[in-house]
Amino acid sequence: MKSPDPHSDESPGVPGFRTWRGIYLFAFGFFVLVVVLLALFSSWFA
Amino acid sequence: MNAFDWIVLLVTMVGIAAYGAWHTRHTDHLDTYLKGSQTTRWGTIGISVMATQASAITFLSIPGQGFESGIGFVQNYFGLPLALIIVCAVFLPIYRKLGVYTAYEFLGQRFDAKTRLLGASLFLLQRGLAAGVTIYAPAIILATVLGWRLDVTIISTGLLVIIYTVTGGSQAVNLTQKWQMGIIFAGMVTAFVILIQRLPAGLGLGGALHLAGAMGKLQAVDFSLNADKRYTIWTGLFGGLFLSLSYFGTDQSQVQRYIGGAALREGRLGLMFNALLKIPMQFFILLLGALVFVFYQFEPAPVFYNRVEWQQHANGAHGAVFHAIDDKHAALHAVKQEKIRAWLDARDHHSPAEPAARTAMLLANAATEDVRKEARAALTADDPLAQTKDSDYVFIGFILDQLPHGVIGLLIAVMIAAALGSKAGELNALGTTTTIDLWRQFRPLAVHDEARNVRAAKWFTAMWGFVAIAFALFAGFSENLIEAINIIGSIFYGVVLGMFLVAFFFKKVGGYAVFWGTVLGQLLVFALFFNLSISYLWYNFIGCAACVVISLLLQAAKSNIESAEKPANP
Repeated sequence: MKSPDPHSDESPGVPGFRTWRGIYLFAFGFFVLVVVLLALFSSWFA
Repeated sequence: MNAFDWIVLLVTMVGIAAYGAWHTRHTDHLDTYLKGSQTTRWGTIGISVMATQASAITFLSIPGQGFESGIGFVQNYFGLPLALIIVCAVFLPIYRKLGVYTAYEFLGQRFDAKTRLLGASLFLLQRGLAAGVTIYAPAIILATVLGWRLDVTIISTGLLVIIYTVTGGSQAVNLTQKWQMGIIFAGMVTAFVILIQRLPAGLGLGGALHLAGAMGKLQAVDFSLNADKRYTIWTGLFGGLFLSLSYFGTDQSQVQRYIGGAALREGRLGLMFNALLKIPMQFFILLLGALVFVFYQFEPAPVFYNRVEWQQHANGAHGAVFHAIDDKHAALHAVKQEKIRAWLDARDHHSPAEPAARTAMLLANAATEDVRKEARAALTADDPLAQTKDSDYVFIGFILDQLPHGVIGLLIAVMIAAALGSKAGELNALGTTTTIDLWRQFRPLAVHDEARNVRAAKWFTAMWGFVAIAFALFAGFSENLIEAINIIGSIFYGVVLGMFLVAFFFKKVGGYAVFWGTVLGQLLVFALFFNLSISYLWYNFIGCAACVVISLLLQAAKSNIESAEKPANP
């Protein structure tokens, strides 16, 4: 096995996000938004 | 397919494979061969994860699913973003920190050698069984529709993927998957644009969506608690979470895609790329199927979409029965077209007769669906072994009938690119796991001989490729057997996920408890499988829960016995 990864605590390096927690919250929020949009799509075209 | 289609198909498929093999021909470092280039960025990792999951069946069957049952299948992917967040936060940092080549190597670190061997063996058994299907399933459809020889289709696609996967390992897989996904996206968007253009004048995308919705094809989210419904938001969130967590967190064919790369950040962003895009992508493919349904409402539609199978029976001894069904369907389809136009007219003019027109249209649709059921019954009556599921043939039939030459070649390339991409990820993982978790265990002196390790990985990758080809050629799959392979996956996935959850979250549980917890959990799943008639998706949860609970109980019992045996302090 290789030696342990020295970059395990690195920041995401994504503009607007300082922590990985922020990225995960964004992904979760995006998922909720997609589900809401799909529900609206269903009711709009029902 | 004409010469132009063949040129597009061969140039894209052979070109990508040759480019991948040539570009990575000097891959002789074990790390690069098994994990890909150390400079790989998140975009490549994200596309590679997506390409490994998206098999040819994704692009053949899912539009058919949208056509047949609507877009509700998208709910099956609702657990996926949540699972990927957990994999990013918990699984991936530990894999990177330990620098493992396989997920099962982590089990060896955390527990012991026998637990690692058990995890690797369960993966090899389950993936090995599925290996033939990944080649066979698209090959049988393409061979049936295009009149190709099945054995030639299986052998040629199988050899193509073996050549570049063996040559460049993970690096070649990542590189080729990137180009293959480019072909897939280009092909699907082209098909979508042409489909919209082929809709009747004046209908437009909005009208087509309203018609699909009225026909019940656009129910994307179902909040129903009815257990009889196959796709609801709850089954998607709960079942999908466990299935995705098992697949992305513990299946080496996925783990291998994201543990490499320049840094931990690249793997994490690659997975988040999938967390964001997977549901929209599946929605798009399903919507394509729903729009193909709308398209066929205004065109002469076959009663059974596997036209080759239907024609064989129509030309047989009981041909009159099949011709009568054809005529009946054509007449009812014409009536349905009238009702659809009447409903569209009433809707456009906000007529008070709109509800009645809608009811008449739905009744006409139900009548044609009844004839389709009659057609399936006639096929079974004529030959009990006849293929009665035709939804997989809807999209490929649309491609061949309606798209211009060149685009047909591109769309066939989409199917083959998807087959090659997922197969390559699978072979790469099978070869790696066999080398790292089995071969090296029995050749401990070879661990430090990098060249020998790479040679072994190449041989094992090729071996699994030939096993897959042989399996696809000689196993004689039926429709039910293909589903059986999916069931086998669910039977094994649960307990393997259980092993990893114990490893991550129950630090006091040792190798003895988790090994026997896994064995007993697996036996319990087998026993339930043979005695219950529940959806196979549930075994993902049952296997996982059984493994975790039994491991905890065994560890508690072991700790009690050990503390009782300890001599009391004087």
